Parts: sequence; structure tokens; C-alpha cells
Amino acid sequence: MLMMLACPLPKLDFDTINLGHGSGGTLTSQLLDAGVFKILENDLLNKKHDGAIFNINGKVAMSTDTYVVSPIFFEGGNIGDLAVNGTVNDLAMCGAAAKYLTLSFVLEEGLKMTEFWEVLNSIRAACDAAGVQIITGDTKVVEKGKGDKIFINTTGIGLVHPEAAIDTDHIKPGDKIILSGPLARHGITIMSHRQGLGFESTISSDTRALNKVVLSLLDEFGKNIHFLRDPTRGGLATVLNEIAIGARAGIDISQKNICIEEDVSGACEMLGLDPLYVANEGLFVAVVDASVAEAFLYRLQDWEHGEMAAIIGEITNDHPRQVVMRSLIGGRRVVNMLPGEQLPRIC
Amino acid sequence: MKYLSEFRSPEIVAALLKEIRETVKGQWQIMEVCGGQTHSLVKNGILNMLPSNIQMVHGPGCPVCVTPVNLIDKAVHLAVEHKVILCSYGDMIRVPGSGMSLLEAKSKGADVRILYSPLEALKIANENPDREVVFFAVGFETTAPANALSVIQAKQSGIKNYSILTSHVLVPPAIAAIMADPECKVDAFLGAGHVCAIMGMSEYYPIVEKYKIPIVITGFEPVDLLEGILMAVKQLEKGKYLLENQYSRIVEAAGNTSALKAIDEIFEVTDREWRGIGEISSSGYGVKDAYSAFDAMKKFKFDMIESHEDASCRSGDIMKGKIKPDQCPNFGIKCTPVQPLGAPMVSSEGACAAYYYFNRLLVEETLL
Repeated sequence: MLMMLACPLPKLDFDTINLGHGSGGTLTSQLLDAGVFKILENDLLNKKHDGAIFNINGKVAMSTDTYVVSPIFFEGGNIGDLAVNGTVNDLAMCGAAAKYLTLSFVLEEGLKMTEFWEVLNSIRAACDAAGVQIITGDTKVVEKGKGDKIFINTTGIGLVHPEAAIDTDHIKPGDKIILSGPLARHGITIMSHRQGLGFESTISSDTRALNKVVLSLLDEFGKNIHFLRDPTRGGLATVLNEIAIGARAGIDISQKNICIEEDVSGACEMLGLDPLYVANEGLFVAVVDASVAEAFLYRLQDWEHGEMAAIIGEITNDHPRQVVMRSLIGGRRVVNMLPGEQLPRIC
Repeated sequence: MKYLSEFRSPEIVAALLKEIRETVKGQWQIMEVCGGQTHSLVKNGILNMLPSNIQMVHGPGCPVCVTPVNLIDKAVHLAVEHKVILCSYGDMIRVPGSGMSLLEAKSKGADVRILYSPLEALKIANENPDREVVFFAVGFETTAPANALSVIQAKQSGIKNYSILTSHVLVPPAIAAIMADPECKVDAFLGAGHVCAIMGMSEYYPIVEKYKIPIVITGFEPVDLLEGILMAVKQLEKGKYLLENQYSRIVEAAGNTSALKAIDEIFEVTDREWRGIGEISSSGYGVKDAYSAFDAMKKFKFDMIESHEDASCRSGDIMKGKIKPDQCPNFGIKCTPVQPLGAPMVSSEGACAAYYYFNRLLVEETLL
């Protein structure tokens, strides 16, 4: 909302998006000049060319992702900051500091300009917070009913940290697995917003950029960080299974060390969902050498969102390619991947 | 989380396990009736904590698993051919029908919506007066009151475009059918706590007497389940057979009278087919004639081909406690959650899915 004040919606001839805004004609120019370029401006974008031309020296990482979240506004964020943070975080998980992003919109005819404006302002704020720039992009409009208000693709490029060696091949038995914070906030926020759930809460999404904290951890722990991954879709369980398969190793985790806030846990109980499979947007899992695990955790807990970080488990030679969890009551069970989206249970 | 955390306490669990170990002498097979209990046993790792002479076998109490394939085909038919807004609980939509699941129907353009309550379906009907809205009313006695209430409210509000496709099944006839099978090896039952919260306890006394078998009405948390198992084992070791109530914080002997009143207003007991098990007499609910305007079975014409299912699926034997999921030759090979042969591999309460997700490795090698 603060950014809204900084860049208010100008007086325009239109208050909703129509097909003309994606035509490449005058309406497109109006939309871009009055909005996109103005809000997102920087030297490279200001050239308004078909692409951006720049120098970048060193080892580079690149990542792309498309954002289709519904609803587009939710507690703690919206599709705009999600689209910036998501790609910035994917690069961070490669050990790279995001530098430039591309930004493509697919807008649905009838989208309110006020909504589009709020998304644009959030994109700018997220870029500033993460220290990245939007340098080229695209806007298309589809007929009403053929989209869902707004879809966003971002593609990012970033410089890989000189000490980064993030690779499943570097994971070895004895490595510790560290989770950076409490689970399942983003997914539960979205679920509680969806129409027809009859369920309201004050839980907010954890969407945030992770590049600064990850890069500073790489400064200090370098090659002792063997792997990084953010548990977005599919949640922690899916990421741990991917790590176990990729590293051809087993994983042991302890349920009592996995932090879930009480309100989130209560919502999961009510909705019949397992928080291990619920999406997160501001969390990461690090697999680190056992020799640095305590120091890594200590540093992470210093970070403003790292208070609840914990060592949740370790890599083992036993049960290769499988994740086994010690339950709160001391039993052991396998944590498997799901074939699709988690579905609520009947009773 | 008060009122939950104490039922997940590692200390109480350890004490109960110790007492179970000290009490048990014989070899006992105990069946938990409800899929929610199966899920909790497996998910908390309890199956691997019990002494080996107590074998838990998994009962038919997964409503999704026992819904006959013919009814799933009917739901798909309503969504695809009659173009209704078909509303369903979440874990019903992936269950395979003869042709396709509701999820596949949805991907082909059918209007299938996942809801938490039939009252939401009623709201959708109210908001879409030009569309027919059908709620797929699946479940045991637990979900019957809400489904009944939706019909009562629809009638009161004059909503004419709402109906329910009923597949309600009842627990006591299922227990009796399992016990009547000459191959049955079950020594005691853990009754489904939530079902008894609605229905009360009276229906179970005749079963206990007739089959001389202990039934302990049990909850769903780890402490509940272990307490229920301990109570059953104590009876078995003493040669007793009684109806006991472990879940007394929720279950009252008379049940929930207002819920029972709603059920009685809308439903009557009928014969029902159980997927994998076959027809059991007087084992389900159908909509009473007075409310047939809200009964999708009567409201719509079902002009469809005969239903069929994969004959190699052993789900019936699993739900009767004759084999465990991992003893089925198809388990994890021909039958997985991605390509299921039967419903118990799909539903989150199904015993096969519970074993597949949480217990597969423990089946292959002992960890403790």
C-alpha cells in the first residue's frame, strides 16, 4: 500500500484491461508508458527496445517460472511479488545472486486497472527488496474466460557465487539437513482464501526473497553447503524425496524438529492436509557438511526470518532413495511423494 | 494445541506401549474399522511399535474405497452427459470408475468442484438457478447428518435445482458381514469413534453378544489408538467380550440426538453394494420417497453402459482383513497411486495408499 502512494494510478481513458491493450497499438503504448515503464523504470528498461543489451562477467545461472496463483491477492503478498521472489529464489538455490529479470504478463480482458496497478507496484517493491531489475518484458491480453485475471512469467539471470558448489553429487552420508523456518504458511494462506472453503484465518504467506541470506551464508560456508532447494509446490516432503533420489542416498528426519506454527497446524488439521506437502514461498532446505551445521544454523537464526530454523535430519547410507521420519511419538514411517495435488479427506 | 497435544504425547505413548507389552500373551488380530484410524496408525509409525503378537488388520471404513464403481460412473455421467455442477469431497475425485474418474471428467471440461461441505453445494445451487447442482453424498454415518441437513435446507428455501447422489454406508452391518465370513480371523474390533459420536453405542451390543467379540469404540490420535488396543487386549487375555468406550470425551451412549433427527427425516435404511465386498443387506442409507425431488437417482435418467472393474484387484480381501495391502501381488507393481487398480490405493484413507506412502520401506526391512 505504501508503494501505491508512491506511484498512484494516473487518470486513464480506461479502468479495465481490454483486448486492445495486447494489440501492440496505441492502447498498448498507453498502458506501458503510463504504467509498466514508469513503475519499473531503470536504465536498461528505459531503452524500450525489443530486448536488453548488457555485459555480465563470470559464471551465470538462469531460471524461469510462471505464476498462475488464484486468488491473485492474499495475506502477505500478491502474484506480483510472488513472481519476483520465486525466480530470485530459484537462482539463489543455484548459489546465484539474481541480477536481471524478464517479465511477461498474460492479462485477462476485464482485469481492473487498480488491481494491475497494485501488482505492478508490488513487483517494483519486490525488485527493490531483492536488488534486481526488470530489463525486458511482454504484455498479452486474452479474451475474458480464457485466463484467470493475470498470469506472470519471469526469467532471471544471476551471477553464481565463486564459492558455490551446489550439486546433489556433493551430498554425502552424515550431512545435516537444515530447514530455514516454519512450514506450510503460503499454501494454507491460499487454501483459506479459495472460494467455498468457509474458513478464514489470519495466516499470511511467507513469500520473500532469499537471495541475500543465502549469498551471505555462501560467503561464510562456501563449499560446505552441498545443496539448496526451496520447498515450493509439493512442499518439504517432495523436496526431500527429490534430494534422496538425486543423491542416491537415504534421508532421516525428525518430526519434532520441523517447526509448524500453531495456527497453521490447526488449519491443516481442519482442512485434512499434511503440512509436509503444503507449498512454501520463503523457505529453503540446506544440506550442509556436518562440520559446519551448528555454525550454519547459528548464522541462519540471526536472520530476521530465521528464528525458527532447525536441523531437521541427516543424510544416511541406509534406505537409499527414501525419506524416513521419526514421528512425534517415536514411531518411524516413510515420507513418500504424492502423485498429484493433495486432496482434502472426507472425514 | 490443547486437547490434541496430550493425545500425541510421546511419554503417554511409551507408557501405553509398555503396558500393552506386559499385558499381551496370546496372538491377536485386531481390526480397526475406520480408514482414519488406519491412516493414523501408519502415519505415526504405530504399526511398527506394537509387539509382533498383535497384528492390526484394516477394516472397510474408508467411504471412498467402498463406494461402488457404478455410483462413480453415475457421478461422471451426471457431470459429463447431464452437465450438472457435480460437487464432491476431495478424495473421491481421483477414484477410478469404469471409464474415467471425476478428475478425468473435470479435465475434459465437466464442472466438478471439490467442497468441504454439502451446505456449500447448496449455496452454489442458490447462486446458479439455471444449473442443476448435485452433491456426491459419500460417507458413513459421520457425513449423513450434514448431507441430510442440506436437503432439509434446500426444501425450506425452495431450492429446486439441488439434489444428492447418495452412497451412504453403515458400520454395524459391515462388522456383522465380516464376522459372518467363515474365513474371518479377527479377534477384536476398534470401533470408529466419529461414527459412534453420531449414532451412539446401542447398535454394537447385539454384535458383541452374537459373535462373542470385544469391540472398543476408539478415537484417532496415537494415545486413543493405543488405549483402544490395550483395552481390547485386556479383554482378549481375560477371555471377555464387552462393548467399551475409549472415546468417551466425544462419544455418548445415546449419540447426537439432533443429528439423528436430521438423518431420520431424510434417509431410510436400504441394501447397499460395497465395492470389493458385494451387497450387504440393510447396510446403507437411501433418500426417503418424501424427498425424492432431491434424490439424484430419481431425478435424472442414467442411460449408460454397465459398470465393470479390474477383477485382479484384491481390495475386498484387504477390507475384510484377510490379507494386508503388501500381501496383494499387485501392490506397488501393477497397482500404484498413479495407476490404481482399486479405490484403496487412491483414497488418503485407503489402507493400500497408507501402506504405499508411509509403510513401504518398513514392509521391506525392519527398522526398529
